[in-house]
Amino acid sequence: MENTILIKHLLKHPSVMIFLGLLAGFTLLVVGLAEGAGIGLISTSFVKTLGKTLCLCMIAIAMDLVWGFCGILSLGHFAFFALGGYMIGMWLMFARTKLIVLEAAQNAVLPMTQSEVSQAVGTQIFGVVGGAEIPAIWTFADNFWIQIAFVVLVPGLLALIFGWLAFRARVNGVYLSILTQAMTLALALYLFQNDSGLRGNNGLSGLQNIPGFDAVSQADISIWFFIASAGALALIYVLAYGLISSKMGNIVRGIRDNEARVRFLGYNVESYKLFIFVLTAIIAAVAGALYYPQAGIINPAELAPIASIYLAVWVAIGGRGRLYGAVIGAAFVSLLSSYFTGGQAPDISLGFGTLRWTEWWLVLLGLSFVGVTLYAPKGIGGLIDHLTRKRGV
Amino acid sequence: MAQLLHVDDISVTFDGFRAINGLSFDIGRAELRAIIGPNGAGKTTFMDIVTGKTRPDSGDVRWGDKGVSLLRKSESQIAQLGIGRKFQKPTVFESQSVYDNLLMALANQRNPFSVLSYQRSIIDNDKIDALATQINLSQQTQILAGALSHGQKQWLEIGMLLAQDPQLLLVDEPAAGMTAPERAVTVKLLKELAQTRAVVVVEHDMEFIRQLECRITVLHEGAVLAEGQIDFVMQNQEVIDVYLGR
Repeated sequence: MENTILIKHLLKHPSVMIFLGLLAGFTLLVVGLAEGAGIGLISTSFVKTLGKTLCLCMIAIAMDLVWGFCGILSLGHFAFFALGGYMIGMWLMFARTKLIVLEAAQNAVLPMTQSEVSQAVGTQIFGVVGGAEIPAIWTFADNFWIQIAFVVLVPGLLALIFGWLAFRARVNGVYLSILTQAMTLALALYLFQNDSGLRGNNGLSGLQNIPGFDAVSQADISIWFFIASAGALALIYVLAYGLISSKMGNIVRGIRDNEARVRFLGYNVESYKLFIFVLTAIIAAVAGALYYPQAGIINPAELAPIASIYLAVWVAIGGRGRLYGAVIGAAFVSLLSSYFTGGQAPDISLGFGTLRWTEWWLVLLGLSFVGVTLYAPKGIGGLIDHLTRKRGV
Repeated sequence: MAQLLHVDDISVTFDGFRAINGLSFDIGRAELRAIIGPNGAGKTTFMDIVTGKTRPDSGDVRWGDKGVSLLRKSESQIAQLGIGRKFQKPTVFESQSVYDNLLMALANQRNPFSVLSYQRSIIDNDKIDALATQINLSQQTQILAGALSHGQKQWLEIGMLLAQDPQLLLVDEPAAGMTAPERAVTVKLLKELAQTRAVVVVEHDMEFIRQLECRITVLHEGAVLAEGQIDFVMQNQEVIDVYLGR
């Protein structure tokens, strides 16, 4: 019954159907060509890159909701993304270290006591920052479901407190953007400290190894995560689409276009902004929780303010106020970025010097951002709108 | 007559400029009232105070039978009490359809969670159709509000106010930029509205105010200069001095 309503609803919105179809096709193609499940044309590391790209598309949707639809230029959403990664990373690292410790202990004459186990795990994980004590924030790190709950709760709570304070004080526009930058910078600086309890600048590593699945090859695990990322992206796309095409979407766009008017209609603008801010923080966190097991490592540099600025650039180039625009922008720019900075792009010899893409890519990105802002303010998505509308007429 | 809005001796100063200076007056439950005054007389500031945008330095604004003070309330709370405001420039949501503009204004629950679970109903649909007919936009409901003419936008904004079903309507220069036929329709609309609720119109255009045939309050330097029917007001020597004397 519910399913038929859902299908009817989807049929009424062809753009969602097209998106889901393309995503499904892409997923099947990659799985079919991958080392893990298919004929092996795509390497495991590239499957991981593609899976990570899907996660970046997810956070781009979050950015589009908060900026493109609600008009809040948040430059701190990568803080939530990284926090989501840290929360799942804690379980991955702790549970796997504990398994290794217990395995090693099987050969010992005497069985290890509880405190010996935690001592050994602590030394393994925190030896690098000169400690063996397991910090209090790792209390639940052994419990998968609690850490999964933290993926949503911790970034959600941070967004709630930060948003409540900022919106209640009616901080708007560029001041709010600066405040969100300050938030992510402060969090990054805190995490860089060795006594933050999250291994300082070493961050969490070995996240590609799933506890209890050591027998499974990375090629297979990469496929699982790729499919999970595609599924999560599809879900979040449909959810975001449902949100913006509902009455909530009307009000949120109204806030973007004329906040005061919405207020005089009797809506409490602050609580709507807070709702969108927290929701998008949670989407970002879920994306991060899927991203970092594929990246294998997370450290405080991921929260650097520049990351969140890139996010805004992706969404601007893709076309804000259009969900598919955000997805296109994130996929396009982040893949190009890993191509140019990964050393795969051939350097161009100019006679008087050599143009190295690893250095010049940022210049190219900057120029294209300026170009899009000046000549195509609606981005790539706007171009697609233009073409489809022309065909329609 | 029971008062709907009671403005009691309010004053407000911006950077040393007294925008409102001991202003007091009352508005009844089903009354059409025009407010006129030269530039800087405090007309818009008065509306800002009533709708919660500006806080007065002293005085009080009381609302309804219970005499609730509006000064401690936020813009959205005041709007929910039943005070609607139409801005000087037509402010509609241009990137959204006429239908969606009216839907947002329709008197329903305003908190995010009831909005999230909101389902379009036949009742609401009928209400929106009726409103669109009332403001002469029944053919344009699916058009983006940005594509309407200036006059149509003004009507849409009035329609949005009606959808809120307020007890008091504050209307800032409704006739600005309208053609003569559009003005006539607007006059009729405002008079109709004042049958069931209080309507306060701020306007410069004397001819338009004459057509409204209502009680007039003249503001000058942030206070009431004169009050009465149009002919009485126009013969008042002080009003003539303020308006024509310079």
